[in-house]
Amino acid sequence: MNEEKEVEVQPKPLVLQKLEEHHADALLSQDETRGTLVIVVRKEQAYAVLEYLKTDPELAYTFLVDVTAVDNSQMESELMQFDYARFMVVYQLYSYQGQCRLRVKVPVHENDLSIPSVAGLWRGANWLERETYDMFGINFDGHPDLRRILMPDDFDGHPLRKDYPLRGRGERESFNFDKQNV
Amino acid sequence: MQGGLERATGEKMVLNFGPQHPATHGTLRIVLELDGESVLKATPHAGYLHTGFEKLGEHLDYNQYIVVTDRMNYLSPLSNNFGYVLAVEQLLGIEVPKRCQYIRILMAELSRVADHLLWLGTAALDLGAFSVFLYSFREREKLYSIFEKTTGARLTTSYTRVGGVLRDLYDGCEEDVRQFTNDFPKALKETHTLLTRNRIWMDRTKGVGPIAADDAINYGLTGPCLRAAGVAHDIRKAEPYSSYDEVTFEVPVGSNGDAYDRYLVRMEEMIQSCGIITQVLDNMPDGPVNVEDNKITMPNKSDAYGHIEGLIHHFKIVMDGHGVQPPKGEHYCATESPNGELGFYIVSDGSGTAYRIRIRPPSFLHFQALPHMLEGGMVSDTVAVLGSLNVIAGELDR
Repeated sequence: MNEEKEVEVQPKPLVLQKLEEHHADALLSQDETRGTLVIVVRKEQAYAVLEYLKTDPELAYTFLVDVTAVDNSQMESELMQFDYARFMVVYQLYSYQGQCRLRVKVPVHENDLSIPSVAGLWRGANWLERETYDMFGINFDGHPDLRRILMPDDFDGHPLRKDYPLRGRGERESFNFDKQNV
Repeated sequence: MQGGLERATGEKMVLNFGPQHPATHGTLRIVLELDGESVLKATPHAGYLHTGFEKLGEHLDYNQYIVVTDRMNYLSPLSNNFGYVLAVEQLLGIEVPKRCQYIRILMAELSRVADHLLWLGTAALDLGAFSVFLYSFREREKLYSIFEKTTGARLTTSYTRVGGVLRDLYDGCEEDVRQFTNDFPKALKETHTLLTRNRIWMDRTKGVGPIAADDAINYGLTGPCLRAAGVAHDIRKAEPYSSYDEVTFEVPVGSNGDAYDRYLVRMEEMIQSCGIITQVLDNMPDGPVNVEDNKITMPNKSDAYGHIEGLIHHFKIVMDGHGVQPPKGEHYCATESPNGELGFYIVSDGSGTAYRIRIRPPSFLHFQALPHMLEGGMVSDTVAVLGSLNVIAGELDR
């Protein structure tokens, strides 16, 4: 009911029109939730879509607000929707020109955790992708400096994965303490 | 950028700046590669204060998490409280009463002034202007007394609740705040006379750590750092939340994007905030401060103790799995915190605990852009540039 009503009142947003025109095969789903457009994009075309969104003069999503991921392994409904992809990499974009937001989500399967890096498009993406790598273990292909950023370099595991415990064994032991002077 | 000095031909020297350097104001580190006095390469390191705030968000319920938000940008905890509950409320699809919205604006703007004052004091102190530190802390103390009387705490305010605020303003709050907004512009003028045309201050900040507008956008800078580079963007104007569309204010913009412009933008923002505060006090509506929905906000103490319904509602909200439960879905909510865009991306699976909370901290992206501003400059400018960005370690590492 609601959906029908919205379609009547509002024309299709420009960004969706243009994406359907240029990257129709990349779109897995599109939705508007709480005032923000959300599109889900195939991993293979993710870079091309993001590049298009940034460089198209009419869209001009020049501001990459955030890059993060969600581990959907304990959310059955989300898993089923996107072919049991465990992770969802989430890009928040903002266009200063159109003053509007867009959320781009890319499903990533656990058996292939690589996704193209957008650090070449937005320099701000560098650390955001490093944090996502650190916390979730997503490998950003072509990233200039993919190291841990918040956790120590010799840390094992990815703390924001759902199978990583809030507390428990395995965290303290991996730090390198200076044992000689103890 | 070169400071008029020829490059020395000697070997490179690596200098560790931090993690415990007086000018980092927190635990962060910059590895500087120097050629004489000029910076060839700067590599910022973060993570010393990582506390797992995002992981905690998956284990605490929506109201419990408010105390964690206090500890993000600890110069302006009220703004973090505000940004977080706004995200939860938008996820729930509720709107708080007008009076609550106004109280939240009032507190957010007061904390913006407090944040900028602390920034001003410490940034000036780093460059040797000790009196400014004393002047700004004197003013900040007045604000902290107001915060203490309103929330019961100076630093860990935890003032907002999902669907409202902890309690209404105290009696005499309006007088205290009006007294402050009356006196403050005069006090700020004193600081202007100390710094704005001060030869040393100008030499240390003008043309130091500049960033162009398109670079600032590319790096994801927000808030005063972005506006100093000449981009007139303020989330309070572009996407007005919580009745910000009912107050008028100017968005100060710089032109060079250097440390001096960041200083001027913040100075003007404080004056604009005072204007907002005065408007909010003039138009403060009466009425309840919490949404009248017993499934979201706590009942009065007298109800909880005196009536069975009140007791049940209290019990339901406090018990795990019975309290605030947003519908399944996700939401990203951005607010203009004193440092820039503070965003909360919350994914809900319909339970009383968030499935995922992502905090988008402004300081994280500001610190990342530091090498762009430092490289090619002088080593002594590192302190000036770092100071002008106001990187807060609690928010940087979360």
